[in-house]
Amino acid sequence: MILVVDLCYREHSLGYEEFVLPIARIIEGQDTSVSIIHYTRNAGKSVIGCMGVVLCGTPLQDNAFRLYRNAFSWLAATEIPLLGICAGMQAISLAFGGEVFPSLEIGMTDIRVTASDPLLPGHATFTAYELHRNTCTVPPGFAGLAESDRCIQIIRHEDRPVYGVLFHPEVRNEGVVERFLSLFCW
Amino acid sequence: MQLGVLCSGGKDSLFSCGMAKEREEVACLITVHSKNEESYLFHTPNVGLVRLQARAARLPLVEVDTEGIQEEELADLGRALDMAQERYGIEGVVTGAILSVYQAARIQRLCHDRSLWCFNPLWHTDQEAYLQALCDQGYDVLISGVFSAPFDESWLGRKIDTRALAELKQYAAQYRITLTGEGGEYETFVADAPFFTHRIEIVTATKEYANYRGVYRITDARLVEK
Repeated sequence: MILVVDLCYREHSLGYEEFVLPIARIIEGQDTSVSIIHYTRNAGKSVIGCMGVVLCGTPLQDNAFRLYRNAFSWLAATEIPLLGICAGMQAISLAFGGEVFPSLEIGMTDIRVTASDPLLPGHATFTAYELHRNTCTVPPGFAGLAESDRCIQIIRHEDRPVYGVLFHPEVRNEGVVERFLSLFCW
Repeated sequence: MQLGVLCSGGKDSLFSCGMAKEREEVACLITVHSKNEESYLFHTPNVGLVRLQARAARLPLVEVDTEGIQEEELADLGRALDMAQERYGIEGVVTGAILSVYQAARIQRLCHDRSLWCFNPLWHTDQEAYLQALCDQGYDVLISGVFSAPFDESWLGRKIDTRALAELKQYAAQYRITLTGEGGEYETFVADAPFFTHRIEIVTATKEYANYRGVYRITDARLVEK
Protein backbone atom coordinates (compact mmCIF):
# COMPACT_ATOMS: atom_id res chain seq x y z
CA MET A 1 0.00 0.00 0.00
CA ILE A 2 1.11 3.57 -0.76
CA LEU A 3 0.38 6.37 1.69
CA VAL A 4 -0.77 9.54 -0.11
CA VAL A 5 -0.44 12.63 2.06
CA ASP A 6 -2.81 15.57 1.47
CA LEU A 7 -0.98 18.86 2.13
CA CYS A 8 -3.94 21.15 1.37
CA TYR A 9 -5.06 23.87 3.80
CA ARG A 10 -7.57 21.64 5.57
CA GLU A 11 -8.93 18.12 5.47
CA HIS A 12 -11.53 17.54 2.69
CA SER A 13 -10.74 20.96 1.22
CA LEU A 14 -11.71 22.03 -2.28
CA GLY A 15 -8.11 21.26 -3.29
CA TYR A 16 -8.50 17.55 -2.52
CA GLU A 17 -9.98 16.51 -5.89
CA GLU A 18 -7.44 18.63 -7.79
CA PHE A 19 -4.20 17.73 -6.04
CA VAL A 20 -4.74 14.44 -4.20
CA LEU A 21 -7.17 12.26 -6.15
CA PRO A 22 -5.33 12.48 -9.52
CA ILE A 23 -2.20 11.11 -7.79
CA ALA A 24 -4.22 8.38 -6.05
CA ARG A 25 -5.71 7.37 -9.42
CA ILE A 26 -2.26 7.04 -11.03
CA ILE A 27 -1.17 4.75 -8.20
CA GLU A 28 -4.37 2.69 -8.29
CA GLY A 29 -3.89 2.41 -12.07
CA GLN A 30 -0.71 0.46 -11.27
CA ASP A 31 -2.74 -2.11 -9.30
CA THR A 32 -1.47 -0.68 -6.04
CA SER A 33 -3.74 0.18 -3.13
CA VAL A 34 -3.78 3.69 -1.66
CA SER A 35 -4.44 5.13 1.77
CA ILE A 36 -4.99 8.89 1.91
CA ILE A 37 -4.27 10.95 5.01
CA HIS A 38 -4.19 14.68 5.74
CA TYR A 39 -0.78 15.89 6.96
CA THR A 40 -2.26 17.07 10.27
CA ARG A 41 -3.44 13.49 11.07
CA ASN A 42 -0.12 12.11 12.31
CA ALA A 43 0.96 10.72 8.94
CA GLY A 44 4.24 9.60 10.53
CA LYS A 45 2.39 6.83 12.40
CA SER A 46 0.27 5.79 9.41
CA VAL A 47 3.37 5.21 7.31
CA ILE A 48 4.26 2.03 9.22
CA GLY A 49 3.80 -0.95 6.89
CA CYS A 50 3.49 1.17 3.73
CA MET A 51 5.67 0.52 0.67
CA GLY A 52 6.02 4.19 -0.17
CA VAL A 53 4.75 7.69 0.50
CA VAL A 54 3.68 10.40 -1.96
CA LEU A 55 3.25 13.94 -0.62
CA CYS A 56 0.88 15.91 -2.86
CA GLY A 57 0.81 19.51 -4.05
CA THR A 58 -1.51 22.31 -2.98
CA PRO A 59 -3.36 25.23 -4.60
CA LEU A 60 -1.11 28.10 -5.69
CA GLN A 61 -2.09 30.34 -2.76
CA ASP A 62 -1.88 27.54 -0.20
CA ASN A 63 1.26 27.45 1.94
CA ALA A 64 -0.45 26.60 5.23
CA PHE A 65 1.51 23.33 5.52
CA ARG A 66 4.68 25.34 6.19
CA LEU A 67 3.22 26.58 9.48
CA TYR A 68 3.20 23.00 10.82
CA ARG A 69 6.82 21.92 10.40
CA ASN A 70 6.52 19.35 13.20
CA ALA A 71 3.96 17.48 11.10
CA PHE A 72 6.79 16.62 8.68
CA SER A 73 9.66 15.83 11.05
CA TRP A 74 9.09 12.08 10.46
CA LEU A 75 10.18 12.45 6.83
CA ALA A 76 13.86 12.66 7.74
CA ALA A 77 13.66 9.59 9.98
CA THR A 78 11.67 7.10 7.89
CA GLU A 79 13.35 4.43 5.74
CA ILE A 80 10.31 4.25 3.45
CA PRO A 81 10.66 5.62 -0.14
CA LEU A 82 9.31 9.16 -0.45
CA LEU A 83 8.14 11.22 -3.41
CA GLY A 84 7.21 14.85 -2.74
CA ILE A 85 5.31 16.79 -5.39
CA CYS A 86 5.52 20.62 -5.42
CA ALA A 87 4.49 21.50 -1.85
CA GLY A 88 5.57 17.93 -1.00
CA MET A 89 9.07 18.64 -2.36
CA GLN A 90 9.21 21.81 -0.28
CA ALA A 91 8.16 19.83 2.82
CA ILE A 92 10.93 17.29 2.16
CA SER A 93 13.51 20.02 1.67
CA LEU A 94 12.51 21.71 4.94
CA ALA A 95 12.54 18.39 6.84
CA PHE A 96 16.10 17.70 5.65
CA GLY A 97 17.42 21.18 6.48
CA GLY A 98 16.71 23.02 3.22
CA GLU A 99 14.97 26.35 2.73
CA VAL A 100 11.93 27.57 0.80
CA PHE A 101 11.98 30.82 -1.15
CA PRO A 102 9.75 32.59 -3.72
CA SER A 103 9.81 31.48 -7.36
CA LEU A 104 6.75 31.63 -9.59
CA GLU A 105 6.05 29.26 -12.48
CA ILE A 106 2.62 28.51 -14.00
CA GLY A 107 1.92 26.30 -17.02
CA MET A 108 3.94 24.03 -19.29
CA THR A 109 7.68 24.66 -18.79
CA ASP A 110 10.90 23.27 -20.28
CA ILE A 111 12.92 21.15 -17.85
CA ARG A 112 16.61 20.27 -18.36
CA VAL A 113 17.96 17.07 -16.87
CA THR A 114 21.29 17.75 -15.15
CA ALA A 115 22.05 14.27 -13.76
CA SER A 116 20.78 10.90 -14.98
CA ASP A 117 18.43 8.96 -12.75
CA PRO A 118 16.03 6.06 -13.40
CA LEU A 119 13.08 8.16 -12.20
CA LEU A 120 13.48 10.63 -15.07
CA PRO A 121 11.85 10.33 -18.52
CA GLY A 122 15.13 9.45 -20.25
CA HIS A 123 15.43 12.64 -22.34
CA ALA A 124 17.84 15.54 -21.87
CA THR A 125 14.85 17.89 -21.78
CA PHE A 126 11.11 17.49 -21.27
CA THR A 127 8.14 19.73 -20.58
CA ALA A 128 6.14 19.68 -17.37
CA TYR A 129 3.17 21.46 -15.79
CA GLU A 130 4.18 23.96 -13.11
CA LEU A 131 2.00 25.56 -10.48
CA HIS A 132 4.07 27.08 -7.68
CA ARG A 133 4.90 30.40 -6.04
CA ASN A 134 7.85 28.96 -4.12
CA THR A 135 10.72 26.61 -4.64
CA CYS A 136 13.38 25.21 -2.29
CA THR A 137 17.09 24.74 -1.95
CA VAL A 138 18.73 21.36 -2.47
CA PRO A 139 19.02 20.26 1.17
CA PRO A 140 22.20 18.77 2.67
CA GLY A 141 22.66 15.15 1.55
CA PHE A 142 20.62 15.63 -1.63
CA ALA A 143 21.54 16.22 -5.28
CA GLY A 144 19.71 18.24 -7.92
CA LEU A 145 18.67 16.19 -10.96
CA ALA A 146 16.83 18.71 -13.15
CA GLU A 147 16.11 22.41 -13.42
CA SER A 148 14.07 24.98 -15.34
CA ASP A 149 15.24 28.48 -16.29
CA ARG A 150 13.94 29.67 -12.92
CA CYS A 151 14.75 27.00 -10.34
CA ILE A 152 15.55 23.46 -9.27
CA GLN A 153 12.91 20.95 -10.42
CA ILE A 154 13.96 17.53 -9.07
CA ILE A 155 16.01 16.58 -6.00
CA ARG A 156 17.10 13.18 -4.75
CA HIS A 157 18.66 12.01 -1.51
CA GLU A 158 22.18 10.73 -2.16
CA ASP A 159 21.70 7.41 -0.35
CA ARG A 160 17.97 6.77 -0.07
CA PRO A 161 14.97 6.71 -2.46
CA VAL A 162 13.72 10.12 -1.36
CA TYR A 163 12.71 12.42 -4.24
CA GLY A 164 11.14 15.81 -4.67
CA VAL A 165 9.67 17.07 -7.95
CA LEU A 166 8.52 20.67 -8.20
CA PHE A 167 6.36 20.19 -11.30
CA HIS A 168 3.05 18.31 -11.26
CA PRO A 169 3.59 14.83 -12.75
CA GLU A 170 -0.16 14.13 -12.71
CA VAL A 171 -0.32 16.39 -15.79
CA ARG A 172 1.42 14.72 -18.77
CA ASN A 173 4.25 13.17 -16.69
CA GLU A 174 2.44 10.33 -14.93
CA GLY A 175 5.45 8.10 -15.69
CA VAL A 176 7.38 9.80 -12.89
CA VAL A 177 4.93 8.44 -10.31
CA GLU A 178 4.71 5.07 -12.06
CA ARG A 179 8.52 4.67 -12.13
CA PHE A 180 8.77 5.69 -8.46
CA LEU A 181 6.40 2.82 -7.66
CA SER A 182 8.04 0.22 -9.89
CA LEU A 183 11.63 1.11 -8.93
CA PHE A 184 11.28 1.50 -5.18
CA CYS A 185 7.90 0.38 -3.83
CA TRP A 186 7.30 -3.11 -5.20
CA MET B 1 -13.76 31.32 1.90
CA GLN B 2 -15.91 33.46 -0.44
CA LEU B 3 -15.70 32.11 -3.98
CA GLY B 4 -16.78 33.20 -7.45
CA VAL B 5 -17.61 30.38 -9.86
CA LEU B 6 -16.76 30.86 -13.54
CA CYS B 7 -19.99 29.75 -15.16
CA SER B 8 -20.61 29.02 -18.83
CA GLY B 9 -23.98 27.43 -18.17
CA GLY B 10 -22.58 23.97 -18.91
CA LYS B 11 -22.24 20.88 -16.76
CA ASP B 12 -18.59 21.30 -15.72
CA SER B 13 -18.97 24.77 -14.24
CA LEU B 14 -22.23 24.01 -12.47
CA PHE B 15 -21.07 20.66 -11.06
CA SER B 16 -17.94 22.45 -9.80
CA CYS B 17 -20.22 25.08 -8.28
CA GLY B 18 -22.11 22.32 -6.46
CA MET B 19 -18.81 20.94 -5.09
CA ALA B 20 -17.72 24.43 -4.01
CA LYS B 21 -21.02 25.03 -2.21
CA GLU B 22 -20.44 21.88 -0.14
CA ARG B 23 -17.00 23.03 1.12
CA GLU B 24 -16.91 26.84 0.99
CA GLU B 25 -19.20 29.85 0.44
CA VAL B 26 -20.15 30.62 -3.16
CA ALA B 27 -20.61 34.41 -3.35
CA CYS B 28 -21.44 34.78 -7.04
CA LEU B 29 -21.36 33.30 -10.51
CA ILE B 30 -19.11 34.96 -13.10
CA THR B 31 -19.79 34.72 -16.81
CA VAL B 32 -18.16 36.05 -19.95
CA HIS B 33 -20.34 36.49 -23.03
CA SER B 34 -18.15 35.81 -26.05
CA LYS B 35 -19.24 37.09 -29.46
CA ASN B 36 -16.90 34.53 -31.03
CA GLU B 37 -18.45 31.06 -31.40
CA GLU B 38 -14.91 29.67 -31.78
CA SER B 39 -13.80 31.20 -28.47
CA TYR B 40 -10.62 29.65 -27.08
CA LEU B 41 -11.68 30.00 -23.48
CA PHE B 42 -15.42 30.36 -23.21
CA HIS B 43 -18.16 27.93 -24.04
CA THR B 44 -20.73 29.84 -26.13
CA PRO B 45 -24.14 28.22 -26.89
CA ASN B 46 -26.85 29.58 -24.60
CA VAL B 47 -24.43 31.41 -22.32
CA GLY B 48 -27.09 34.16 -22.02
CA LEU B 49 -29.18 31.76 -20.00
CA VAL B 50 -26.68 31.83 -17.14
CA ARG B 51 -28.84 34.68 -15.79
CA LEU B 52 -31.69 32.22 -15.36
CA GLN B 53 -29.35 29.67 -13.75
CA ALA B 54 -28.08 32.32 -11.32
CA ARG B 55 -31.67 33.11 -10.32
CA ALA B 56 -32.40 29.38 -9.95
CA ALA B 57 -29.36 29.05 -7.67
CA ARG B 58 -30.19 32.31 -5.83
CA LEU B 59 -26.70 33.63 -6.59
CA PRO B 60 -25.71 37.07 -7.92
CA LEU B 61 -24.14 37.13 -11.37
CA VAL B 62 -21.18 39.14 -12.63
CA GLU B 63 -21.31 39.46 -16.43
CA VAL B 64 -18.90 40.94 -18.96
CA ASP B 65 -18.82 40.90 -22.77
CA THR B 66 -15.84 39.96 -24.91
CA GLU B 67 -15.19 40.07 -28.64
CA GLY B 68 -13.62 36.65 -28.18
CA ILE B 69 -10.22 37.56 -29.58
CA GLN B 70 -7.48 35.32 -28.21
CA GLU B 71 -5.66 36.83 -25.20
CA GLU B 72 -8.01 39.88 -25.19
CA GLU B 73 -10.56 37.43 -23.78
CA LEU B 74 -8.25 37.09 -20.80
CA ALA B 75 -8.26 40.81 -20.10
CA ASP B 76 -12.07 40.73 -20.20
CA LEU B 77 -12.15 37.81 -17.77
CA GLY B 78 -9.74 39.77 -15.55
CA ARG B 79 -12.21 42.64 -15.60
CA ALA B 80 -14.96 40.25 -14.45
CA LEU B 81 -12.76 38.98 -11.59
CA ASP B 82 -12.05 42.57 -10.53
CA MET B 83 -15.78 43.29 -10.45
CA ALA B 84 -16.48 40.12 -8.43
CA GLN B 85 -13.76 41.08 -5.93
CA GLU B 86 -15.11 44.59 -5.60
CA ARG B 87 -18.82 43.72 -5.39
CA TYR B 88 -18.80 40.41 -3.54
CA GLY B 89 -15.40 40.24 -1.86
CA ILE B 90 -14.42 36.96 -3.46
CA GLU B 91 -11.19 35.41 -2.20
CA GLY B 92 -11.03 32.67 -4.79
CA VAL B 93 -12.28 31.40 -8.13
CA VAL B 94 -13.67 28.00 -9.12
CA THR B 95 -13.50 26.68 -12.69
CA GLY B 96 -14.80 23.55 -14.40
CA ALA B 97 -11.49 22.81 -16.16
CA ILE B 98 -10.88 19.09 -16.58
CA LEU B 99 -7.89 18.63 -18.87
CA SER B 100 -7.17 21.92 -20.61
CA VAL B 101 -3.74 23.16 -19.53
CA TYR B 102 -4.27 26.16 -21.84
CA GLN B 103 -7.40 27.23 -19.96
CA ALA B 104 -6.21 26.29 -16.48
CA ALA B 105 -2.81 28.02 -16.70
CA ARG B 106 -4.28 31.26 -17.98
CA ILE B 107 -6.91 31.42 -15.27
CA GLN B 108 -4.31 30.51 -12.62
CA ARG B 109 -2.22 33.51 -13.75
CA LEU B 110 -5.19 35.88 -13.63
CA CYS B 111 -5.99 34.68 -10.11
CA HIS B 112 -2.38 34.93 -8.97
CA ASP B 113 -2.18 38.54 -10.21
CA ARG B 114 -5.14 39.34 -7.94
CA SER B 115 -4.03 37.19 -4.96
CA LEU B 116 -7.09 35.00 -5.54
CA TRP B 117 -7.19 31.28 -4.83
CA CYS B 118 -8.01 29.13 -7.84
CA PHE B 119 -9.77 25.76 -7.61
CA ASN B 120 -10.40 23.23 -10.37
CA PRO B 121 -12.28 20.45 -8.56
CA LEU B 122 -12.79 18.40 -11.75
CA TRP B 123 -9.09 18.56 -12.70
CA HIS B 124 -8.05 15.18 -14.18
CA THR B 125 -11.18 13.63 -12.76
CA ASP B 126 -12.36 10.11 -13.56
CA GLN B 127 -14.56 11.22 -16.46
CA GLU B 128 -16.91 8.25 -16.44
CA ALA B 129 -17.48 8.47 -12.68
CA TYR B 130 -18.08 12.21 -13.01
CA LEU B 131 -20.74 11.83 -15.72
CA GLN B 132 -22.40 9.05 -13.70
CA ALA B 133 -22.41 11.37 -10.66
CA LEU B 134 -24.13 14.04 -12.75
CA CYS B 135 -26.90 11.56 -13.58
CA ASP B 136 -27.13 10.17 -10.02
CA GLN B 137 -27.14 13.53 -8.22
CA GLY B 138 -30.05 15.04 -10.11
CA TYR B 139 -28.34 17.34 -12.60
CA ASP B 140 -30.55 17.86 -15.68
CA VAL B 141 -27.98 18.31 -18.44
CA LEU B 142 -28.87 18.81 -22.13
CA ILE B 143 -26.58 18.69 -25.15
CA SER B 144 -26.57 22.27 -26.45
CA GLY B 145 -24.06 21.88 -29.25
CA VAL B 146 -22.17 19.19 -31.16
CA PHE B 147 -18.96 19.88 -33.02
CA SER B 148 -17.50 16.56 -34.17
CA ALA B 149 -18.28 13.17 -35.69
CA PRO B 150 -20.17 10.96 -34.93
CA PHE B 151 -22.79 13.21 -33.30
CA ASP B 152 -25.95 13.46 -35.41
CA GLU B 153 -28.81 15.94 -35.09
CA SER B 154 -30.69 13.73 -32.61
CA TRP B 155 -28.13 14.69 -29.94
CA LEU B 156 -29.19 18.34 -29.97
CA GLY B 157 -31.34 18.95 -26.88
CA ARG B 158 -30.87 15.37 -25.66
CA LYS B 159 -30.58 14.82 -21.92
CA ILE B 160 -27.42 13.16 -20.57
CA ASP B 161 -28.90 10.14 -18.80
CA THR B 162 -27.58 6.66 -18.22
CA ARG B 163 -28.49 5.61 -21.77
CA ALA B 164 -26.82 8.66 -23.35
CA LEU B 165 -23.78 8.05 -21.14
CA ALA B 166 -23.49 4.48 -22.44
CA GLU B 167 -23.50 5.83 -26.03
CA LEU B 168 -20.94 8.52 -25.18
CA LYS B 169 -18.67 5.82 -23.73
CA GLN B 170 -18.98 3.87 -26.95
CA TYR B 171 -18.16 7.01 -29.00
CA ALA B 172 -15.18 7.78 -26.75
CA ALA B 173 -13.76 4.30 -27.34
CA GLN B 174 -14.52 4.19 -31.07
CA TYR B 175 -13.92 7.78 -32.21
CA ARG B 176 -11.39 8.91 -29.58
CA ILE B 177 -13.50 11.83 -28.38
CA THR B 178 -13.17 12.89 -24.74
CA LEU B 179 -16.06 11.45 -22.75
CA THR B 180 -16.85 14.80 -21.13
CA GLY B 181 -16.54 16.82 -24.36
CA GLU B 182 -13.50 18.62 -22.96
CA GLY B 183 -11.95 18.53 -26.43
CA GLY B 184 -14.84 20.68 -27.71
CA GLU B 185 -16.73 17.71 -29.21
CA TYR B 186 -19.98 18.78 -27.54
CA GLU B 187 -21.33 21.46 -25.21
CA THR B 188 -24.05 21.26 -22.57
CA PHE B 189 -26.66 23.34 -20.77
CA VAL B 190 -27.79 22.66 -17.20
CA ALA B 191 -31.56 23.01 -16.70
CA ASP B 192 -31.56 21.78 -13.09
CA ALA B 193 -29.05 21.13 -10.31
CA PRO B 194 -29.43 19.88 -6.74
CA PHE B 195 -28.76 23.39 -5.42
CA PHE B 196 -31.26 25.13 -7.73
CA THR B 197 -34.42 26.28 -5.95
CA HIS B 198 -36.28 26.19 -9.29
CA ARG B 199 -35.66 24.25 -12.49
CA ILE B 200 -35.43 25.79 -15.95
CA GLU B 201 -38.19 24.84 -18.37
CA ILE B 202 -37.28 25.25 -22.02
CA VAL B 203 -40.29 26.75 -23.78
CA THR B 204 -38.89 27.06 -27.31
CA ALA B 205 -35.62 26.10 -28.97
CA THR B 206 -34.28 25.78 -32.49
CA LYS B 207 -31.78 23.37 -33.98
CA GLU B 208 -29.14 24.22 -36.58
CA TYR B 209 -27.19 21.21 -37.84
CA ALA B 210 -24.93 20.28 -40.77
CA ASN B 211 -21.90 18.00 -41.17
CA TYR B 212 -21.55 16.92 -37.55
CA ARG B 213 -21.81 20.47 -36.27
CA GLY B 214 -24.94 21.82 -34.68
CA VAL B 215 -26.35 24.07 -32.00
CA TYR B 216 -29.46 23.70 -29.85
CA ARG B 217 -30.37 27.36 -29.35
CA ILE B 218 -32.78 27.97 -26.49
CA THR B 219 -34.94 30.93 -27.53
CA ASP B 220 -37.35 31.02 -24.60
CA ALA B 221 -37.05 29.52 -21.13
CA ARG B 222 -38.49 30.17 -17.68
CA LEU B 223 -38.10 29.12 -14.06
CA VAL B 224 -40.70 26.71 -12.70
CA GLU B 225 -41.25 25.12 -9.29
CA LYS B 226 -39.35 21.88 -8.66
